[in-house]
Amino acid sequence: MSADVGTPAPLATGAPAPLPEDAGQWTARIRRRAVGAFPPERLLPDRQPAYVASWIYVFGVLTLTSLAVVALSGAVLALEGPSWWHQSRVGLFVNSTHLWSVELFFFFMVVHLWGKFFMAAWRGRRRATWITGVVSFIVSVGTAFTGYLSQQNFDSQWIGTQAKDGINATGAGAFFNVLNFGQMLMWHILLLPLVLGLIVVVHVLLVRKRGVVPPFPAKTAAAPALAGDVAPAPAATGGEKIGEQQ
Amino acid sequence: MSVSTQPTEAARHRRRRFKVDRDVEEWHGSYVRYDIVKEFTLALIVVLLLTVVASILFSSPDDHPVTLKSWATANPVDFAQTAITELDGTSGTAGYGPPYNSTPGASQDIVGPISLESAFGVHHPINTMKDYVIDPLKTLPNAPAVHAALTSYTSASPSLQQKWTGAYEKGVAKASFSNGSLGLPAGDYGPVAPMIASLTSMARSGALDGALVSSSQFYGTDYTKPLLFIADGTYMANLGAALHLQGGQWGMMNETGSYPGQAWLWLYTMWYQVSPFTTSSNADAQIWGIMMILTLLLALVPFIPGVRSIPRKIGLYRLIWRQHYRSVEVGGAGGSTGPPAPAS
Repeated sequence: MSADVGTPAPLATGAPAPLPEDAGQWTARIRRRAVGAFPPERLLPDRQPAYVASWIYVFGVLTLTSLAVVALSGAVLALEGPSWWHQSRVGLFVNSTHLWSVELFFFFMVVHLWGKFFMAAWRGRRRATWITGVVSFIVSVGTAFTGYLSQQNFDSQWIGTQAKDGINATGAGAFFNVLNFGQMLMWHILLLPLVLGLIVVVHVLLVRKRGVVPPFPAKTAAAPALAGDVAPAPAATGGEKIGEQQ
Repeated sequence: MSVSTQPTEAARHRRRRFKVDRDVEEWHGSYVRYDIVKEFTLALIVVLLLTVVASILFSSPDDHPVTLKSWATANPVDFAQTAITELDGTSGTAGYGPPYNSTPGASQDIVGPISLESAFGVHHPINTMKDYVIDPLKTLPNAPAVHAALTSYTSASPSLQQKWTGAYEKGVAKASFSNGSLGLPAGDYGPVAPMIASLTSMARSGALDGALVSSSQFYGTDYTKPLLFIADGTYMANLGAALHLQGGQWGMMNETGSYPGQAWLWLYTMWYQVSPFTTSSNADAQIWGIMMILTLLLALVPFIPGVRSIPRKIGLYRLIWRQHYRSVEVGGAGGSTGPPAPAS
């Protein structure tokens, strides 16, 4: 059942323009909050604070792009199934790209994590960004671990039979059987990537929302007096205020 | 460059004491051009190139898995020595405890009597005598002698079974293998000798691999039973040791060959190399407990006074932001120089 809401003037897209009473819609509320939190210039900025000038910042995007290569190579492996790469030279090559992109992913992520630690990047309401980063690291370890268990070779056997004792000691072995290939494969290609993907999305959105953490106060600065544990102004992250150019 | 030091409206309402390891000064300095899409694209190209080059140069390891067939073929005596422990219930799996069986006192404890391993009980039940020996031998077609031996063994009293298995364990320790059959010193092994001999032959033919995986359904993906059987022997352990994969060799993070493996597990693996965990019967539970606490602490670093000050005290941040500090402290032309403006 719907009420007659009249015929508002059409938008440029051809759809009718929203009416004032539409503001209470769930859809409208979510859209309003999303646009408020993530205006386009904040999601895809074309300016950044001048202090973002170090190679250490590259490791965040390198982590993201290597994760993309991990997902892409894993998807190609999934096309032919888990036994393919044991029987095909092309499959072996794709498996190698999967392995090495994982190695790169972890290398970049660990450097990124330590870089953020030494920047104390949790300052200024960025604690959730830090926590989601740590959680994504832990979930990545689990995803890689189940990948090693899904290889169907001696490594899988060895890692599974060695790791079972630790997993069983926690009680998790009752539900997470590292010797069950089918179960580990499902965790590796569906459950953990899904969780990891969601956490990474939240992490990146938090980075875009809060911006890159500013430096500690300079030594020449007077002792800080009053400040809030709050986010930077939109100008600090969204590029709305360009300021001086270097 | 210039810096505003005026408190924002929001901060006036939220006057909190500035804590340098928790709070930040709002940035009112300059901005530079930044093409996020271009940066992502270039990074993707670099990672793709590195990945392809590493894959061409180093490929990836793929050592063949151990099967019951390959084990019994390569070392039939070790297979028979393990099989008898599965039959008499003295193998590692038979005495493992949860989640495979309910062997009393086999669970690991984290602290004192707390055992999460026991809390969830037996979820993957394995009766090594039945699952590894009796049931597979029952599937052998046209083997009346084996079936008669099974009947004889299963209908015997426990003390008589123990007498046969005890004698066989001693005998198989001196066994040899030639012309396709096990040779043991003379002894009162009862039906155990033909049972283990048949199981060894079954394993060498590959039939035991199939029997243990497809015991419950045609499409099997659960290798718990054959893997635990294989791990009870010394054949697989010797292969792992030769490849430097033992727990005491930092093996948990290693792969076969000269590959980096799971280097990110270095801290978890390290605990297995140090006392008291090298000798503790509860090492797995204790190390997992330690790692869970450390992981929680890592996630909560922003909330832990003292720990969250480490980056500022170490001072590596001055290297990362050296351009910024140079402009502020030497040139005095940019960045924040006065009392910080409370960010909003």
